[in-house]
Amino acid sequence: MGDNLMKLHYDIPAYDLTYAGEASSNVKKLLVQLGIDPVRVKKAAIAMYEAEINAVIHGNGGAADVEISSGRIVICISDKGPGIADLELAMQEGWSTASDEIREMGFGAGMGLPNMKRYADRLDIDTEVGKGTRVTITVNF
Amino acid sequence: MKLVEVVKTLDATLLYGNDTEMDIVSACGSDLMSDVMAYVKENVLLLTGLVSPQVIRTAEMMDIRAVVFVRGKTPGENVMELAREKEIAVMTTDNPMFIACGKLYNAGLTGKGVW
Repeated sequence: MGDNLMKLHYDIPAYDLTYAGEASSNVKKLLVQLGIDPVRVKKAAIAMYEAEINAVIHGNGGAADVEISSGRIVICISDKGPGIADLELAMQEGWSTASDEIREMGFGAGMGLPNMKRYADRLDIDTEVGKGTRVTITVNF
Repeated sequence: MKLVEVVKTLDATLLYGNDTEMDIVSACGSDLMSDVMAYVKENVLLLTGLVSPQVIRTAEMMDIRAVVFVRGKTPGENVMELAREKEIAVMTTDNPMFIACGKLYNAGLTGKGVW
């Protein structure tokens, strides 16, 4: 692939769990086609999927901007949701603000952000209450 | 354990899946998809009582190639369509989660995830 930068943009619809994961699925497929190491692909796919789900269920939808170069993938997921009041708490496994409705759909275990941290080589979270959240996930190849 | 043995052990119905000879070396039983994603292992079988397209999405991200719906849950067409598209085998069993996991463990499927 050389050092060419590939840029992708996806809109993430709000509260629609049927299509939630489409963007992550597309990115995963692309990384496989590019011949990236399967372990790295899985890390990027899981971290992005968790962020995408968060944008759907907490963030009132948003957008994913992805940059792929020969050395890494940088995934930026931003939403205009409520923001995270206590980031330290949100990073703890098992802590969740999800509603029962979200839990019935299999999410809200309080593992989203911890999973992103587990699989990303670098995770940056920029959040402001009332404005929204932007998570930037970097996975090195 | 081959997928065909999983079907037999659980008295399950295979709703979709062509490769019944695929090797399953470990299993994960959970209704919470993020807990599944905290678990990394190859050749995993996912057992769940959650019926949602997100089960198939989670399997896709995790490279999980076979899913069992427990407690007699039957996935809807939206789930099956996604499973066929992603080529993920789907089974349903009347066994509840605990019994289904116990039967598979007894039959020799003892691999667990990395925590």
